[in-house]
Amino acid sequence: MIEGRTGSFEIVIGLEVHAQVISRAKLFSGAATRFGAEPNTEVSPIDAAFPGMLPVLNKFCVEQAVKTGLALEAEINLESVFERKNYFYPDLPPGYQISQYQNPIVGGGRIILDMPDGSSRAIRITRLHLEQDAGKSLHDQDPRLTFVDLNRAGVALMEIVSEPDLRSAEEVGIYLRKLRAILRALGTSNGNMEEGSMRCDANVSVRRPGAALGTRTEIKNVNSIRFLMQAVDYEARRQIEVVEDGGRVLQETRLFDSARGTTRPMRSKEEAHDYRYFPDPDLVPLVLDREWVEELKRSLPELPDAKKARFVKNYGLSSSDAAFLAGDGASAAYFEATAQGREAKTAANWVMVELLGALNRKGLGIAGSPVSAESLGRLIDLVSEGTISGRIAKEVFAEMIETGADPGSIVKEKGLFQVSDAGVIEEAVDAVLRRETDKVAQYRSGREKLFGYFVGQVMRATEGRANPALVNELLRKKLAG
Amino acid sequence: MALDKTALRRVALLARIRVEEGELEALAGELSQILAWVEELNEVETEGVAPMASPAVSRLPLREDKVTDGDCREAMLLNAPKTTRGFFVVPKVVE
Repeated sequence: MIEGRTGSFEIVIGLEVHAQVISRAKLFSGAATRFGAEPNTEVSPIDAAFPGMLPVLNKFCVEQAVKTGLALEAEINLESVFERKNYFYPDLPPGYQISQYQNPIVGGGRIILDMPDGSSRAIRITRLHLEQDAGKSLHDQDPRLTFVDLNRAGVALMEIVSEPDLRSAEEVGIYLRKLRAILRALGTSNGNMEEGSMRCDANVSVRRPGAALGTRTEIKNVNSIRFLMQAVDYEARRQIEVVEDGGRVLQETRLFDSARGTTRPMRSKEEAHDYRYFPDPDLVPLVLDREWVEELKRSLPELPDAKKARFVKNYGLSSSDAAFLAGDGASAAYFEATAQGREAKTAANWVMVELLGALNRKGLGIAGSPVSAESLGRLIDLVSEGTISGRIAKEVFAEMIETGADPGSIVKEKGLFQVSDAGVIEEAVDAVLRRETDKVAQYRSGREKLFGYFVGQVMRATEGRANPALVNELLRKKLAG
Repeated sequence: MALDKTALRRVALLARIRVEEGELEALAGELSQILAWVEELNEVETEGVAPMASPAVSRLPLREDKVTDGDCREAMLLNAPKTTRGFFVVPKVVE
C-alpha cells in the first residue's frame, strides 16, 4: 500500500525476466556463447541469417529450460512450438526472432518469497519459454552510425513471466533474488543483471484496494535489482499522482533514468507493433519424452526452499536466517562448513553479521573472502574453549579479515589469551575498587547500575582479556563486601 | 477477404517493402485474388482436427551442445556494405 493525498493505493506488479541460458553453443547454431569475445567472432551463418541456413535446436538448452521449469514447480509441456516473431532491427538479421508464443515449453508454476518477517508468500509464474537473444547495437561510437555485434544473436534465453501478484518494490527485489538463487543453484543461468545475462521488464499499475486492475505501464531497460525497485516505486507514485489529479494513466512503455531515478515515456513508434507470430516452418513441434523429464526431475540439485527447510530443521536456525543463508549458494556452503561440529547458531551469526558485514565493507564476495570457513571455525572454537573472550574474538577477526592470518597465531602473537586465573583477576578487581572509592560508596548505597562501570574498568585493566564470568563473580562478591 | 489500399499500405510497411502510391490499387486487387483462392480451403471440414504446425512428419532433430561453428568473422563481414573494427556498420537507428 502507498498513501496518496486522497487515501491508500495498492501497487500491482508483474515481471518478465529474460535469463540467458548457460550453454556452450547457441540455441539454434554451433557458434560459441562466451561473454566478452571480440565482436562478431562468435557468429555462424545461421546467426547472421545467410540465405538457406537452417536452425537446429540445441538439446542442452531444452534441458536447461525444463530443469528451470521443474524447479519452479511448473507443468512441463511435452509438446511445444517455436514461432517467428517478426520485426525489423539491425541486430536481428533474419527480420524475426525465433520464440515460443501459443505453446511454450513450460506452463504455470510458482516462486515462494521469503519475507523479512519469516513468513512466505507464493507468486504465480504464468509461463517460461525459450527464445533467441538479439545482437548488440552500439549507438555511441559514431554520431551518424550504429555498430552491430552479432555475438549475442541466437544465444538462448528463457523468458520467465509472472502473474501480476507482486505488491511492492520490496517484493520485486525478493522475487528477483529468489529467482536468481534458483537459476544459480540449477546452473541454468548465472543471473547477472550487470552483465546483461538477466534482464527484467516490469508491468506496473495502481488501484484502490479491492478495485479492478488499473491501466499498466511497462518499464524497460533496468540493469540492476536496486534500480528496478527504484523504478517501480517512482512509477507507482507517478501513477497515483496522475489518478489523484483526475487524469488517466496511459498504457505505454517507459524507460528508467538511473541518474535521475525517474521513468519517462519511450518515444512512441509511428506504427504499433504487430509481430505477426506464426509457427516457424523450419522447425516442427518439439516433443519431449515424459521419462526424460522425470529423469531430469530426479537429478535436480537441492534448491533454496529445500535448503532453507533443512537449515531450520537440522541447525535450528530461524526461518529468516535460514532463508537468508540458503538464498546464496556460496554463503550456504560457507555456513555449513563453519557449522560443522560447532554450535550452528553461533556459526550463523558469525557468517551473517561479522563475515558478510566485513566483506560487504570491503566490496568482496564470499568467494574472495580472506578468511576461510575453517579459519573462522577455529576462531569460534577458541571462544567456546574459553581461550579468548567473545570481545577479543571480534578483535582477532578484524585482524584475520585484513591479513588472512590464522586466529591461533594472532592470539599467540599478541598474547590475547583469556585470563581465567582467579588470583590475577582478583588483583585487578581490588585495584579498581581501591581507586574508585566514591563510586563504590554510591553503588553500596543503591546505585546498582554502576556494576557495568566496574566491569568495564576491570576489563580495561586486563586489556579485555579477563574471563567475563569470573570478573562478574568476583565483583559481586567484593561489592557485597 | 478483399484487401483495400489502406490494408495493403500497412502490410507493405510491416514487410518493409516500398510500394509506390500508383501501384497500390493493382497490387491490392492481385493480393485479394490470391487470398480468395486460398480461402477455398475454408470449405474443408476441420472440426476436431488439431492445427498442423508443419506438413513434415519427422521428429524435430536436436544438436549436441558443442561449439562447431563461428570464428569466421571475415567471411561473415565480407558482403556487408560497411564494416569497422570487426563490426557491421549501419546508419544510426536511434536519435
